Amino acid sequence: MENTPEYVIEMLHITKEFPGIRANDDITLQLRRGEIHALLGENGAGKSTLMSVLFGMYQPEEGEIRKNGKKVKINDPNDATALGIGMVHQHFKLVDVFTVLDNIILGAETTKLGFVQRKEARRKVEELSERYGLKVDLDAMVEDISVGMQQRVEILKMLYRDNEILIFDEPTAVLTPQEIDELMSTMREFAKEGKSILFISHKLNEIMAVADRCTVLRKGKYVGTVNTADTNKQELSNMMVGRPVQLEVKKKPAEPGEVIMSVENLRVPSKIHKGDAVKGVSFDVRAGEIVCIAGIDGNGQTELIHGITGLEKLSGGSITLCGKNITHSNIHNKSAAGMSHIPEDRHKHGLVLDFSLEQNLVLQRYREKRFQRYGFIKKDAVREYAEKLIEQFDVRSGQGAVTTARSMSGGNQQKAIIAREIDRDKPLMVAVQPTRGLDVGAIEYIHSQIVAQRDSGKAVLLVSLELDEVMSLSDRILVMYEGEIVGQLDPKKTNIQELGLYMSGSKRDSEEGKQ
Amino acid sequence: MKENRLRTLYEKDGTKKVLASLLSILIGLIVGSIIVAIVGFSKPGMGGKSVWDGIRLIFAGLFSTGRDASGILTWGFNPTSFGNMLFRATPLVMTGLSVAVAFKTGLFNIGAPGQYLMGTMVTLMLALGIPSDAVHPVIIWFIAFFGGMLAGALWGAIPGLVKAYLNINEVLACIMTNWIAANIVTWMFDISNFKNVTEGTKTGYIYKTTFNDVATSKLGLDHLFPGSQVNGGIIVAIIIAIIVFIIMNKTTLGYELKACGSNRHCARYAGIKDKRNIVLSMAISGALAAAGGSLYYLSGNTEFYWSTYQALPAEGFNGIAVALLATNNPIAVIFTAIFMSMLDIAGLQLTNLTAYNEYITDVVIAAIVYLSAFSLVIRMLLDGRKKRKASADVSTPGEDKKADDEPAEPEPEPPEPDDNEKGGEQT
Repeated sequence: MENTPEYVIEMLHITKEFPGIRANDDITLQLRRGEIHALLGENGAGKSTLMSVLFGMYQPEEGEIRKNGKKVKINDPNDATALGIGMVHQHFKLVDVFTVLDNIILGAETTKLGFVQRKEARRKVEELSERYGLKVDLDAMVEDISVGMQQRVEILKMLYRDNEILIFDEPTAVLTPQEIDELMSTMREFAKEGKSILFISHKLNEIMAVADRCTVLRKGKYVGTVNTADTNKQELSNMMVGRPVQLEVKKKPAEPGEVIMSVENLRVPSKIHKGDAVKGVSFDVRAGEIVCIAGIDGNGQTELIHGITGLEKLSGGSITLCGKNITHSNIHNKSAAGMSHIPEDRHKHGLVLDFSLEQNLVLQRYREKRFQRYGFIKKDAVREYAEKLIEQFDVRSGQGAVTTARSMSGGNQQKAIIAREIDRDKPLMVAVQPTRGLDVGAIEYIHSQIVAQRDSGKAVLLVSLELDEVMSLSDRILVMYEGEIVGQLDPKKTNIQELGLYMSGSKRDSEEGKQ
Repeated sequence: MKENRLRTLYEKDGTKKVLASLLSILIGLIVGSIIVAIVGFSKPGMGGKSVWDGIRLIFAGLFSTGRDASGILTWGFNPTSFGNMLFRATPLVMTGLSVAVAFKTGLFNIGAPGQYLMGTMVTLMLALGIPSDAVHPVIIWFIAFFGGMLAGALWGAIPGLVKAYLNINEVLACIMTNWIAANIVTWMFDISNFKNVTEGTKTGYIYKTTFNDVATSKLGLDHLFPGSQVNGGIIVAIIIAIIVFIIMNKTTLGYELKACGSNRHCARYAGIKDKRNIVLSMAISGALAAAGGSLYYLSGNTEFYWSTYQALPAEGFNGIAVALLATNNPIAVIFTAIFMSMLDIAGLQLTNLTAYNEYITDVVIAAIVYLSAFSLVIRMLLDGRKKRKASADVSTPGEDKKADDEPAEPEPEPPEPDDNEKGGEQT
């Protein structure tokens, strides 16, 4: 191809309006052949809308899309596919009860006399997965494979369709650090082969690590495109948020007080296998400190927290909270004994999505005297309380207290949960991945809230998979590996490399984590 | 300005629900009319005139007062039809409530027929078994009514227990308990000695609570609608509907039940006893369905006909259609139940006044019942129209796209039987 145009896809001056809001306001995005181009922006900055325009799900009011310099019209996702555009959605579009192979070929099956030619397809998929090191079991059911594997299936789907423009929508939100590394190198591999990659993210580290250029959006507007080599994290985040952002958590040294919660030799059964997922864990959490449980996802952190909060039954050990033995208390009594809980999965445990915001804000408190009389809920009291929290924690939603939780953005859903839990004012706060999937602005806010809780003398038990968060937020790190605590570290005296060694099980403290 | 207000009215969820239900009723009636027309034109001896009569009766059978001397249909207020409509609506209100409450709490109670039968049986046995010369009939009435509800509650609790503790889908358990109920009722009446107090016929027995002087008070309704079977049962049903509405929307109990139904995991996280609540909502549903059977057979002018095999009562299944049309709103259930029984009356009029036989009316009713399920689809269409035209939630266009992917979820989102749902992250 002589005279190849510089840009493989161009979206020029795209404007997309919704009633009351310009979701995209004169946005230009130019994707070079063979580059990894990051699209950075906070929630609601217009990234998803822009991608929906590219996929023909929305028609822009203004602007045009060019492929290889020629103007194209994309009316629906099929047009996009025909142009070689493929996307790995944040929420995978896979059929759970189909095999991996069937999922990959679904919609692009080669058939003979109405029969699917799986053999041929299998050969092609195997060749692709060999070439890019994307190993998957083609005959496994999608529901049985891990999230990381499912993402590989999505990537193979794009490759199978010979897409040359690959869009990754927040691909790392669901991955472990190792999987993220693998994904990054796969992406570089693709770029080397001349495929063009659009990488939607708000994780600055990843963008700096993998992207060549980065386009920043803010509140529907185009802020600029920069070469990642010429910029740094701070500059990018300032561009994204529109004001200087505190990337590092600012906090005073901890002043640990008395022991709030003490966990002795706790054992929690596994859901996957017959043994225990948590194998005899002991630790204390003191007032005025943030204790962080670090570790690679799936090493028993979730089960440990479920055991402590009562979501899961224990198979052994004991828990003492504020001097009370709560080992066998039910969830209600455990939380009444002095525990608030920001759950790991805000949609599964944190919110009743079909309830209004105000109903969600009184989820544990609707039985308190101030909210009910003789079993009748005091609507006005609930409304007043909800509006106070919304104001205080700056929870934004379309219709205020009566907004359905489902229609709120992830960041605001999380803010609502945090508002609810902080306001319950319990001596111990359990926070599991409180910033997962949130953008820099929201993370900054949530971190400052957690630190404020600590400074007011609360004990905080934090579980995080983000190493940056672990290092910057915690006062004490407990590393979990295969259901045991293998190390206790001081974040000031350690570094990410050492932490990584503990997390991967290659190092452990001799006195800690004994069975 | 005015358009703005109309617009906000249209945007309201409630408006859309009502609109969707009305539309599906209209479509149902039109489909029924088409069937009437096809049958009319294809049958010798019937023609345009009888088709026209038939269609008019389908739409307004309630107001038909018969034919005049020249054979022209006459119209007007027909107290008998009105009264009978209310009478027939009574059990439908209750089964409709039963299904609606279950739906609201995330359960699909297809077991209403069985619960209805169990309520019927216990009510009849109590109403006939307690001697009225020893106990005042009004007291017997209350004992029989609440006894029936209790039986229904216990019967409904069974699928609830199985669901809560063994994670077995309530639909399966409900269907099974339906047939078990049918057989238990057959068997119980077979071995009991109530045959002494009933009329024996060639193939079965007729049970009537009036043998024991037990009957629902008319509460003056018979003067309002002379010549009809109406009685105080409809008042009782309406009061219960209002109570259910209050419980579901204003109390902590309703809040808990709905929280469990909407997101069992989250309810658990909040310290709500999810298992207890699943059992409780099935028990409440069961009690409501059973109350329908009780009210129907306590009315004093109904007979329970027992033969060697007991079929499942249609009232139970029709409750599903009633609840769907009412979009699970307890107050709306009153109206949709009355509408359904109005169709019954229209069918009767069709049989009485035209050459159409009763089977065609069943077909018409079935068409409407079937289409009542469409109210959900229509609501989605109304929603979709709005979305395409106005599109996107103000704050989060990205979220909106996701919502677009999912509106196909029907109202009674059956809670996943196991824990492996992927807790979706969205940003």
